[in-house]
Amino acid sequence: MSGHNENTSVDKHEHVPSYGKNVMIWLALVALTALTVTVASVNLGNYTFFVAMLIASIKAMLVINIFMHIKYDDILMKSILIACGLVFTVIIIMYSFDLFNTYTG
Amino acid sequence: MSMNTTTNKNYTNFFQVKTKHKGLLAWLLTTDHKRIGIMYLVSILSFFLVGLTFAFMMRLEMLTPGPTIVDAQTYNSFFTLHGMIMVFLFIIPGIPAVFGNFFLPLQIGADDVAFPRINLLSYYLYLAGAFLALYSLIFQTHIDTGWTFYVPYSLRTGTDVTLPLIAAFILGFSSIVTGLNFITTMHRMRIKGMTMFQMPLFSWSLYSTAWIQVLATPIIGITIVLVLLERSFGFGIFDPTLGGDPVLYQHLFWIYSHPAVYIMAIPAFGVISDVVATFSRKSIFGYKVMAYSTMSIAFIGYLVWAHHMFTSGMSDTARTVFSFLTFFVAIPTGVKVFNWVATLWRGTIVMSSPMLMALSAIFLFSIGGLTGLHLGSISTDVHLHDTYFVIAHFHYVIIGGILSMFIAAMHFWFPKMFGKMHNEKVAKVGVVMYFIGANVLYFPMFIMGYMGMPRRYFDYLPEFQIYHVVSTVGSWILITAILLMFTNLLIAIFKGKPAGSNPWGAKTLEWTMPSPPPLLNFIDTPVPSKDPYDYSDHDERIFRDLKNKENIINQENS
Ligand code: HEM
Ligand SMILES: [Cu+2]
Repeated sequence: MSGHNENTSVDKHEHVPSYGKNVMIWLALVALTALTVTVASVNLGNYTFFVAMLIASIKAMLVINIFMHIKYDDILMKSILIACGLVFTVIIIMYSFDLFNTYTG
Repeated sequence: MSMNTTTNKNYTNFFQVKTKHKGLLAWLLTTDHKRIGIMYLVSILSFFLVGLTFAFMMRLEMLTPGPTIVDAQTYNSFFTLHGMIMVFLFIIPGIPAVFGNFFLPLQIGADDVAFPRINLLSYYLYLAGAFLALYSLIFQTHIDTGWTFYVPYSLRTGTDVTLPLIAAFILGFSSIVTGLNFITTMHRMRIKGMTMFQMPLFSWSLYSTAWIQVLATPIIGITIVLVLLERSFGFGIFDPTLGGDPVLYQHLFWIYSHPAVYIMAIPAFGVISDVVATFSRKSIFGYKVMAYSTMSIAFIGYLVWAHHMFTSGMSDTARTVFSFLTFFVAIPTGVKVFNWVATLWRGTIVMSSPMLMALSAIFLFSIGGLTGLHLGSISTDVHLHDTYFVIAHFHYVIIGGILSMFIAAMHFWFPKMFGKMHNEKVAKVGVVMYFIGANVLYFPMFIMGYMGMPRRYFDYLPEFQIYHVVSTVGSWILITAILLMFTNLLIAIFKGKPAGSNPWGAKTLEWTMPSPPPLLNFIDTPVPSKDPYDYSDHDERIFRDLKNKENIINQENS
């Protein structure tokens, strides 16, 4: 009574990224880290935070997609990540209704 | 037709199966979802009885003003332990851990959940958390913060907060792991040919609950860790004297705990749907809308948490936004209630004990839900917050709608789980007593709450006494009803008549197999039906499908 399902555990890891690609991504991550450090010494005023977050997000995308194989995984794995992102965004937006109206006013 | 009503004596059911371990070990090391479900049932009910004892003693204390059986500090521990045990050890794992484990694979034609070993791990995480909490209960100074652990009090109280918090953290893990397991099971293990929209609504309710378990529980986990760190090392995240923000704690707590009320409620909705469909002898009205409303309740549940914080010093903008959004919960919930009623309409209604309980649950849940709207509007909540009105509100929902459906599920699925039939007469008496007891116990709380009786106090002014007395009498009726129904089922395990595979004439897939089910569930691979509520005549339906195919072929040939 097992294995009667169309979806059952086909190993989806045929698209293992090549050695070279992994190294490239790693180099990119190092470069972005260097960029973060460099940017930190430039005075961007209010944008400092957003620039730092932007770079961090790009790095996270690379790690999640390539190192964690999410790019090659099926829609279920992607949707779990997307749902996390969505919930997090919603919570931050909803919380900001309190935060930005309590402390600035 | 015939096959599904005859008991097939030529198979080994999951109780009789011989494994490489014997005796108790065969249970403790099992990865069979049915055995794990039963282990959860036994553990969860044991802790439920502990929580019930605290409730009984609290009501006894409130019989007269001033000290009656305990002092104030002990009373504070009573309501904390009652709340913690009932929320974290009973009602949150509750229906999914017991009936989800047992019946999800059966409803979707699978031979087990996707990760059977992780399923066992999740059970042991549950036990570990439960024993830590119990250890603290027996050997430490009893925690007195309330189940909400609000800072700064939980940072400063001299009682032992650390161990219960660690326990809650571990229990959270158990919940997350079960959720992941269920989501994967529903996506990967459905029988070939069954789409998501061919699962019964109980399975759908587990699906949406599982998403909340996975996405919301980590938030309480992190929050607990922050409180522990702050308590041990004085981090200053929440403590105002160290520059922290106590309102932030309340946000974090309710970001989990409001969705958590849907972890409790949605599976109960699922049971109502399956029970109402079964005993109306109809397919559920508006099946797809029901599935969607289950998912949208889960989503909207994320947008309303701060309705618990209207008096906490939150900004006015936030209060307005959260109050406004709270009213949207009523839409998908209303859809459900109307669809249940529409299912009843022109159905052939069979008043079995689970059906009676489901009807009572729809009624009591509606009272609980609608008083939630009083609490959700800021102006009335300022008056009602932290009074017995809130206690009445959530007990109507939980005792009236959720515990009741846990008990209904016990009766509904009992014949399938144990292969025996309980005494329906006693069960029905129990249900009626339960309904009366719940109302006598909780309705006076609405009144005294409205009159200003604050919650979590061990003393009160004389004018409240009459309501407290009525309420305490109600607690005796309710507890008697619960014990009556449990005893009835316990007796049936040993003395019940054989139930056969489908004593209720139910129509979902789990009733097509013999009871108790065989180890790998299905003896013959089932053929999925387009309508999840159309397995009642399994053989006949297959025959009909074949005939249709034949006809089509014949027509094409001629
Ligand atoms: C779905 C089932 C529900 C459950 C299990 C539930 C459970 C609870 C619980 C346990 C509390 C008290 C928390 C505490 O200890 O402070 C509570 C309070 C509250 N509930 Fe519900 N509830 C449910 C439905 C609803 C609905 C449908 C609404 C509104 C539409 C609602 C609105 C509220 C509000 C506003 C409060 C806060 C009251 C206050 O503290 O002033 N609830 N609920
Ligand atoms: Cu809430």
